Amino acid sequence: MSLKSIAVVYRKELRDLLRDRRTLRSMVVFPLLMMPLMIVGLGKVTRVVDARARAEIPAIQIQGGEDSPGVLARLRSDNKLRIEPSTADWRQLIADKKIRAVVVIPAHFEADIRAGAESRISIFQYEGEIRSGIAAAELEGLFRRLSAETVQGRLAARRLPPSLIHPFEIRRENAASPEKVTGNRIGGLVPYLILIFCFVGAIYPAIDLSAGEKERGTMETLLCSPVGRTDIVLGKFLMVLTSSLAAVALACLSLAFSLRFGGIGKGAAELGLTHVDPAGVAGTLVLILPVAVFFSAAMFTLGLCARNHREALSYLQPLMFVIVLPAVIGMMPGIELNTRLALVPILNISLASREMLTGAWHWPELALIFASTTAYASAALAVAVRMFGRESVVFRV
Amino acid sequence: MISTHLLTKSFQDRRRGAILAVDGVSLEVRPGQIYGLLGANGAGKTTVMRLLATLIRPSGGSATVGGHDVVRDAAAVRSKVGFLAASTALYGRLTAREVITYFGELNGLGRAQLRARIDQLATDLDMHGFLDRRCEGLSTGMKQKTSIARTLVHDPAVMIFDEPTLGLDVTTARAIVQFVRNCRAMGKTVIYSTHMMHEVEKLCDRIGIIHGGRLLAEGTLQELRQRTGEDDMEEVFIRIIGQREAP
Ligand SMILES: Nc1ncnc2c1ncn2[C@@H]1O[C@H](COP(=O)(O)OP(=O)(O)OP(=O)(O)O)[C@@H](O)[C@H]1O
Ligand SMILES: [Mg+2]
Repeated sequence: MSLKSIAVVYRKELRDLLRDRRTLRSMVVFPLLMMPLMIVGLGKVTRVVDARARAEIPAIQIQGGEDSPGVLARLRSDNKLRIEPSTADWRQLIADKKIRAVVVIPAHFEADIRAGAESRISIFQYEGEIRSGIAAAELEGLFRRLSAETVQGRLAARRLPPSLIHPFEIRRENAASPEKVTGNRIGGLVPYLILIFCFVGAIYPAIDLSAGEKERGTMETLLCSPVGRTDIVLGKFLMVLTSSLAAVALACLSLAFSLRFGGIGKGAAELGLTHVDPAGVAGTLVLILPVAVFFSAAMFTLGLCARNHREALSYLQPLMFVIVLPAVIGMMPGIELNTRLALVPILNISLASREMLTGAWHWPELALIFASTTAYASAALAVAVRMFGRESVVFRV
Repeated sequence: MISTHLLTKSFQDRRRGAILAVDGVSLEVRPGQIYGLLGANGAGKTTVMRLLATLIRPSGGSATVGGHDVVRDAAAVRSKVGFLAASTALYGRLTAREVITYFGELNGLGRAQLRARIDQLATDLDMHGFLDRRCEGLSTGMKQKTSIARTLVHDPAVMIFDEPTLGLDVTTARAIVQFVRNCRAMGKTVIYSTHMMHEVEKLCDRIGIIHGGRLLAEGTLQELRQRTGEDDMEEVFIRIIGQREAP
């Protein structure tokens, strides 16, 4: 192995790639534009959808209640609800989103209440649909208030204090700092985004420097030189790694820059990004380093095994799922970092990043993650060197 | 100096099974000599050339090139060899000068030394007009000159040409043939593969006829003619291959 030869190969690959428009797109333009666009876009979409949903006065139906005029009057006077004439196909109307909710009032409701008998109000909604949820919540609030008033009336009639049925108050308050709240909420998202850029930055050079070079017929030219094959692989691998890290760095820079100057603070605030803890991001980036090595080596190896660009792409695309899956699991609430999960590649980064972004630094697990990922990365690099030495791989026909 | 002894190479192919691409080839090429390896498609020419250039490792037998063993001392062999084939392309996004510089650096040449060497090569090959243009935009002839400069940049003692005139027009092909002669004049050891009879007739000091991976006949043009009793090279070639296939 000779550092000088590695440097010669690396410099040539760098120059070659920088002259390629396709690389510049995936390595520079995409990360630079993607982050601000995503934040502005996501923020705006969330805001617009939410505002629209709130602006709409939901249409509802009342089933029954003809003998409960007081309740009907209350419902009619609620200006956050629009009452439509009752029809028999109301279930279908909810499912079709023609109306948002239906309240079913049993017969003799007011009479039963006055008599102190048991009764039941049913509210029907489209579960999980935001506008239906708003309508149902409004209805439920209205009937809860009615229920509370009824209780108070009964207590007053018996001259009993309200504290009889309401002995104390319960309140939930937030003890975590805004950073922690944000960290917990988007902690899975940050490493996920970084991983994506890590991948996107590496994919093009990984293919171009392996299968692409075979396809263009320059691989054989290169192999005629006296430089050792290990040096060639390392020079090429370093180039792929550079591209991967450059994409990550540019994405982070672009994000920081747009948050600071871009006037996209509003979108970012909606996503809670203004409270991201920089130390947590830095920690995540350190952990990502061996992951980038792993990706670069693995993708280069896969590219090497392919005969041309197209075949290489078909090998690399499934890899995207391998990355996305653990990262998505890492975003699910309830999964916490432990020694065993610290050994699962990518998922461990996701979990650790969430912890770090909430200000919790579990040093033993972090060390374990760094060590295990470094081990995986070295193994991938060793495989790359080995594959490059195999003539059946380089001279595949 | 090139010398092989019972050189053998078999490939493992998924569909066709084991292929004996080169089967016990022994040959010798001395400095100042052009050895022509003549064979039809799939005869095993490229495989022999790649074995000599240490791009692939032999499955049996041995070979030394420039005094070094192709297995034990592959890097040393490569530093003494210039390999030019139809399959050795140039980097399209680099200029001719950059490509030559790159291969000079890979061969351990220093900056100043390289600059002088490139200047010399560009003059010899009449390349000054396009030295700083990207290879992707060069004509086939210009590309071929650049490839030649690339193989010569480290002044190798042994030249390996694998069908270097494939797909070139008459004038460009002639220029290549002339260049190969110059290599001989400079005292280099040259091995040249082709399937074109007239090229070996014009160019080669010794001719080896390869078929199905085996070296069927070897000698000067004169010797081969005498042996077959034919005058025309094409007839000589058919005779030798036919003898092999008849029984
Ligand atoms: N990497 C490889 N894997 C499998 N088989 C191979 C490989 N390289 C060559 N062969 C086979 O070995 C035999 C000899 O091939 P080779 O390329 O040496 O012939 P050639 O004389 O150069 O032919 P051509 O005139 O077509 O260039 C052929 O049958 C070929 O299919
Ligand atoms: Mg060939």
